[in-house]
This record gives sequence, C-alpha cells and structure tokens, in this order.
Amino acid sequence: MAEAAARIGRPSREAVANAVLALALLAAPLIALQAGEPYYVNLSTRVAILAMAGVGLNLALGYGGMVSFGHAAFFGLGGYVAGIAAHHAFNYDLFMAWPVELEGTNQLLAIWPVALLVSGLAALLIGAFSLRTAGVQFIMITLAFAQMIYYFAISFPDYGGEDGLPIYTRNALPGLNTFDPLTFFLVAYGALMLAIGFTWVIMGARFGAALQAARMNETRLATTGIAPYPVKLTAFVLSGMITGLAGALFADLNGFVDPSMLSWHRSGEIMIFVILGGVGRLFGPVAGAALFVLMELFIGQWTEHWMLVLGLVLLTVVLFASGGLMGLLAGKPRHD
Amino acid sequence: MTDMASTALLSIRGLSKSFGALKATDDVTLDLRPGEIHALIGPNGAGKSTLIGQVAGWIRPDAGRIELMGRDVTRLPVHRRARMGLGRSFQVSSLALPISARRNVMLAVQARLGSSFRFLRPVRTDRRLRDEADAALARVGLSGRADAQAAELSHGERRQLEVACALALKPSILLLDEPMAGLGPEGSAELTRFLADLKREAAILLVEHDMDAVFALADRVTVLVQGRVLMTGTGAEVRADPAVREAYLGEDG
Amino acid sequence: MTYALVVEQALNGLQLGVTLFLMAAGLTLVFGVMGLINLAHGSLYMVGAFVCAWVAGATGSFWIGLLAGMAAAAAAGALIEIGVMRRLYARDHLDQVLATFALILVFAEGTRMIFGAQPLWLDMPAALSGSVTLPGGAPYPVYRLAIIGTGIAVAVGLYLLISRTRLGMRIRAGESDREMIGALGIDIRTLYTVVFALGAALAGLAGALVGALESVQIGMGEPVLILAFVVIVIGGIGSVKGALIGSVLVGVVDTMGRIGLPELFKLAMPASAATQFGASVASMAIYLLMAAILVVKPRGLFPVHG
Repeated sequence: MAEAAARIGRPSREAVANAVLALALLAAPLIALQAGEPYYVNLSTRVAILAMAGVGLNLALGYGGMVSFGHAAFFGLGGYVAGIAAHHAFNYDLFMAWPVELEGTNQLLAIWPVALLVSGLAALLIGAFSLRTAGVQFIMITLAFAQMIYYFAISFPDYGGEDGLPIYTRNALPGLNTFDPLTFFLVAYGALMLAIGFTWVIMGARFGAALQAARMNETRLATTGIAPYPVKLTAFVLSGMITGLAGALFADLNGFVDPSMLSWHRSGEIMIFVILGGVGRLFGPVAGAALFVLMELFIGQWTEHWMLVLGLVLLTVVLFASGGLMGLLAGKPRHD
Repeated sequence: MTDMASTALLSIRGLSKSFGALKATDDVTLDLRPGEIHALIGPNGAGKSTLIGQVAGWIRPDAGRIELMGRDVTRLPVHRRARMGLGRSFQVSSLALPISARRNVMLAVQARLGSSFRFLRPVRTDRRLRDEADAALARVGLSGRADAQAAELSHGERRQLEVACALALKPSILLLDEPMAGLGPEGSAELTRFLADLKREAAILLVEHDMDAVFALADRVTVLVQGRVLMTGTGAEVRADPAVREAYLGEDG
Repeated sequence: MTYALVVEQALNGLQLGVTLFLMAAGLTLVFGVMGLINLAHGSLYMVGAFVCAWVAGATGSFWIGLLAGMAAAAAAGALIEIGVMRRLYARDHLDQVLATFALILVFAEGTRMIFGAQPLWLDMPAALSGSVTLPGGAPYPVYRLAIIGTGIAVAVGLYLLISRTRLGMRIRAGESDREMIGALGIDIRTLYTVVFALGAALAGLAGALVGALESVQIGMGEPVLILAFVVIVIGGIGSVKGALIGSVLVGVVDTMGRIGLPELFKLAMPASAATQFGASVASMAIYLLMAAILVVKPRGLFPVHG
C-alpha cells in the first residue's frame, strides 16, 4: 500500500525529465535575450521546430513501429506550402485559376491548415502503398517515394527548381509580430507542446493502445479482432501532418524553402532526433533535436568535419547505447 | 434430420491447401456444433496447425469453404472473423509482451466493444475495459498476475492469458491449439475442468497431444493423417477403430 | 523521335540498368544471406570511383585503377563487415538503417578529408574511347557498350557462382536457413565477410566504371543507391534474378521516360510546357512503376522469403 501510494504521489522519473526539458527549452531564449545573445533565440526556435518534426516521426516510428525513411517528404511539402503561398502573395498573382481562383496568402492561419492537409494527403497516399509491405521493404519504399517528390521539386521549374523559393517577409499571424524572434519562438514552442500533448492524449486512448499493440505484435492485434492496417495508416497520416506543420514553420524561420528540405539526408536527420532522444519516448525528439543542434553548433566551431563526428556518435549510440538520451535520463520506458 | 451445416457454428467443407508438392490439407470436411468440444488429433505433420490457420484466417485455402454461423468467411481477414466471435489461442503463444497481462486482455475487450478509432478518452481510467479484462483474467485464474508484464509470465501463464484474451471477445467458437502443452499434470487437470465447463459458452475446436485430456473432454474426435480426415467419431469409436490404431494411436503402444 | 534516337536511348537505358544491377546484386545478396539492409552500399560505390580515379591518375593506367578501386571497395566492405555489420545482424532494421546511415556520414567526410572537396576526373581507357555506328546511323561510345558487356558478364558470373560453386551452395543454404548452415559446420563469419566483400567489390566496380562517364565526387553513390532500392523492391528483396530484371526495367523506363514523356505530352499541350512537364513527370516514372508493381505484387516480382 505504501509503495503504491508513493508511486501515485511521486511523479515518475520520466515526467520529471520531460518537465525539465520543456522548461529548459522555454528558458533558453529568455536567458539568451538577457545575456544579449539574440542569435540563440533563433537557435532555440530551430530546436523547437526540428523537435516537432521528430515528434511527428516518433508517432509512426516510436509508437507504431513504422520505420519511415521518407518523412522529409512531409517536412518539405509543409515548407513548400508556406513558400508557395508567400510567393503568390508577394507577386499578387494566382496559385490557380481553375476550377476555383486561388491566390497566395501570407496568413499563417490559412497556410497551416493547408500544410496539414497537403502533408496529410501525401502521407495517406505514401502510407497506403508502403503499408502493404513491412520491414525492409517499408523502409526502402518510404525512402523511394520521398525521393520521387524530391526529384519532382528539382525538375519542376515554376517554384524555383533546384534553387528553391525565398519567403521575403515572414508570414503573419493576426495580433502578433512574427518578425520578433521571441514571438516566433513562442509560436513554434506552442506548436511543439501542442504536438506533444496531442501525441500523449491519443497514445493514452484506445487508438494508442491499438497502435502500440500493432508495433509489439501485429498477430495479437488481428487475433483480438482489430485490423492493423487502418490503425497504422491513420497513425502514419497524423505523423506526416505533424512533421508537415513543422516544415511550414521551418520555412518561415529560414525565410526560404528548397528541395534540400525534401532530401533523404533530411529524413535521416529527423530519424536521428528520434533515436538520439529515445525511440517512443514522448519528449525523446526534444532531447534529440536539442542534442543535435548543440553538437552541430559546438563541434561545427571546432572542426569543419562535424558530420564525421555526428556519424561516429550515431554509430556509438546505435551499437552500444540504445535507449538514447531519455533512456539515460529516465531509465527504461514504463508500461502499465 | 436437418442438414448438419445449418446447425453447426463452424462448418468446413472440402478444404484443401498445398505447399508445393505437399498436401497439407486434403479435402477436409468437419463441423463444430453448439456446446461441443471437437478434438482434432493426428501425428505430427498431419496438418492440424495448417487447418487451424485456415479457420482463423491466416492461411488462404486453395479450395473449399469455411462457414461461421452460416456465413461464408473463406475470404474474410483474421480480424473480421475474430469480431464474429472466433477466439483463438496459439501453439506458441503470441502476446504483446512489453505490456501487462491486463492490457493484453483490455485490447480484446476494446475490440469487442467497437471502434479503436477513439482518440481522447484515456484507456487507463476506462472502468469498463478494465473490469471486463479483470473478469476474464479471474476466470482463467490469473487475477494475481494482472499487473505483470506478459514477458514476465511463465509459459503456462501465457497460455492462460491467451485464453483470457479469447474469452474477452465473448466468443461463440474457440480454436485452442495445444493449450495443455507445458502445463504439467496439475495444470492440465485444472484446464481440463475449466474447458469442460467452458463448452457451454463456446464450442471448442481443440488440437491437443495430451490423449487423456482429449478423451476426457471431447464429444467428438476427428483424426487427421497426412492432411486427410481418417475418421470422425466419439472418443470410444476412435479408440476402437483399427485404422486409427494403426495410423496413429499405435505409435504410443 | 527518330529510330536512331530510340536505339541510342535504349542502349543508354540498358547501360544504366547494368550499373544498377552491379549495385543491386550486392544489396540483395547481403539482405538475402544476412538479413541486413545496408545504406552504406553507395559509399562503397564512391570508394571504388575515388580510388580508381586516384590510382589511374597516379599510374596512368585505367585498368590498374579499376582493379585498385574494386580491391579498395572490397577491403572497405570487409572492414565494415568485421567492425560494424556483425553487431547488427541480430538487431532490428531500424538499428541497421541508423548504423549504416552513420557510416555514410563517416565515409563522406572521410573521403572529403583524404581527397578534398573537389571532384576528381577519371579518363576512360584509350582503347575504349572511340565510338561505333549504330543501326540507324548514330555513333555510340564503345565505353558504354563495354559497361553493358561487363554487366552481362557479371550477371552470368554470379549465376554460375551461385548455382555451381561451393561458395554458391553456402550462399543458398544461408538464404534458406541460417541455422542449418551453422549445423553444416560452415564458418558463418567468414562466409558473411566474403559475401559482403563480394557485394562491395561489385559496387566498387560500378562506381569506377561510371566514374569515367561522370565526375567522381562525394555523394555520387546516393542517387544510385536509392535507384538500387527501387530495383530490389521491384525485383523482390533477396532475389538476384529479380535484381537483374528490376535493374533493366528501371534503367530502360527511366531513360525512355525522359525522352518519351515530353514527346507524348507534346501531343496534348504546347511544346515548351510539354518539355517541362514531361521532364517533371519522367523524374517520377520509376517510382510510379514501383507503386504499380506493389499494388499487384506487394513482395516484388520474384519474392524470396516466406
């Protein structure tokens, strides 16, 4: 009894680690501003946005066991939605004239839903084909489809082809000045926390129970009478949407979008956030993205070959330290 | 006398399945009637597991027909058959190992209660899922292990847990593939009593090597040899049949 | 579109297909025998090209360079098999993907440190630098024909190796039953290293051969690797025969699509738009082919396992 009471009364190690991570990320830009180092505000925004891309992938990979090597497709599509909308708004011309007239916009409240819709539709199509297979085939097919979109973006000249599209003025939210770095950080941070909260809620609900069972043992799930395919496809679509929204934010942060957002290196990077942080851990992608950006910053100052160091670190984590940063901070994941 | 198929819960007609040159199931016809335990016996490699696999929906037959409660399910996927009330335990248990025994059963309750596309309400505080799961665990005698990870359970306990998962579906048919294996004499006797009681709820198609249990439990026995039905009859008839003795029982002396 | 152009492009498609086969054969063998997905296979292609270009530059002989490139790729392959891959056979595919992705980063930066960021140039051997006249009258480089010939020779060689030799028997045993092969008393560790080095040598060969057509640069293996993935998804993972047929299919569809689709669209839209739009669609053609094949055969044309 005493032990049970203690368990209820005391938050788990993971909950503590999560809270510390959330607060640290929120505090970083505030401290940076106090210290007169505004550069670090944008760096924190970068962490928040990349973490959100990882949160999206984590839903498919960590919870659903779907090893997608193509999440750059959704990230890039989200980015292109923001870029293309801004491009037409800037030029005062039409995105399309038929069957309905659509013009560009710089309103994020219009851009974000479209980014969610486009990346969700792409995830639906890619997922519908890819989930007919499993294992290695799934990895290769998601990679191949993302590469298809990448090559299309390169060879399609209207939106800059290989050079990409500039976003000359950051897209806007009513009542907020998105140009202000701290404001934009808070927008990105808020989106990240919403994505994490969303993941937490649905993973605790029946849908999450079914999805996680699909990862652990698909035979068991089907035997209990739940079809794995629609559960996994739904999770894949939601996962693509979250990563897509992160992509839209990323384009606005950088002020441009180009095909590198769609490249397979980007897919690999998003996967690295998830792995460095801890697969299937709620705040894993936050820890992973923060570690990634910090390594890029500090090792990048020290040597131009920082990718070599990243490769060796990743290799070490995979071979000897599975569980990632959250595994280190919060121990093994607990199931009840 | 009415047509047998119309009163049977499960009816298998002319089922055949080959893997290359091997005829794993060869023109098998059998029925499972309400309230009965129908045992499926035969030497190793007789095609018992392939037959169970086809009934559950994992293996698609080359020819023949499977009906559940009068409905043709030959081409239905596994989960649809489960939802119709076909429960199953595996020869080698197949559970979601990282989660608790209770969570494994709750999954089956969730499947029975309807949609898994519910995104908001936490499962953790869902009394209905929890209570029904606990009831199923209690019936198989696993109440004390409800919070244990499935991975921590012994082989015998995992088999019990599979039966609890099947019961949570409120099945009308149970396919039990060697449920006695690895239980030990005491466990076997207990499970035998349990199944004798259970058959009033759900008809049972039982694959079992423990002949004592088979003859104690089975209302009818079908003997499968090299994918073919050698005979179907009561336990006494099967034991008395010279062909069966030669083909199968003779092995044990 | 003239007849000569079609013949020329068909040969280009075949040449691309053959190059893909050299890559896909190694990938699919490694997966078939060891159950490993190796993203770093493209890095071995790059190693073959760089070492070939460097040695050929130093010695003045393409052929010495070619041998050195293959040997270096095989050695690099054996080295990573012993150092890294061994620890991954029992792991899940996610770990394999991540570790081999890490190797790509290491190889790319390592190559940059050794050879610098500038591309290297590799001249084709003088004996193969001429051209022949195709039926239809167009000239065609002998070197590309030599690549096609090499690919066919490798395909025949692999077939003989797998079906006729002791090593081939062990490979087949390893594909069907990993435990049986241990029971047969075959030294699995050596077998795995040999298979991996063989696949690496083929990747190095492909890189060296293509190096004389394109520039030798960091990251050159990655587009080829992804096409090779498409090939083995289409052919059926683990099947060398599937890799061969998938390679030729992908090579020809990609090449013909790039000239054929703009022509096709010209029937329905203005020429300049057709060229642009056709080129964009052509860049997706092989992926659409892959999707179409997956609808009909989710496990590829020649499924192996299960």
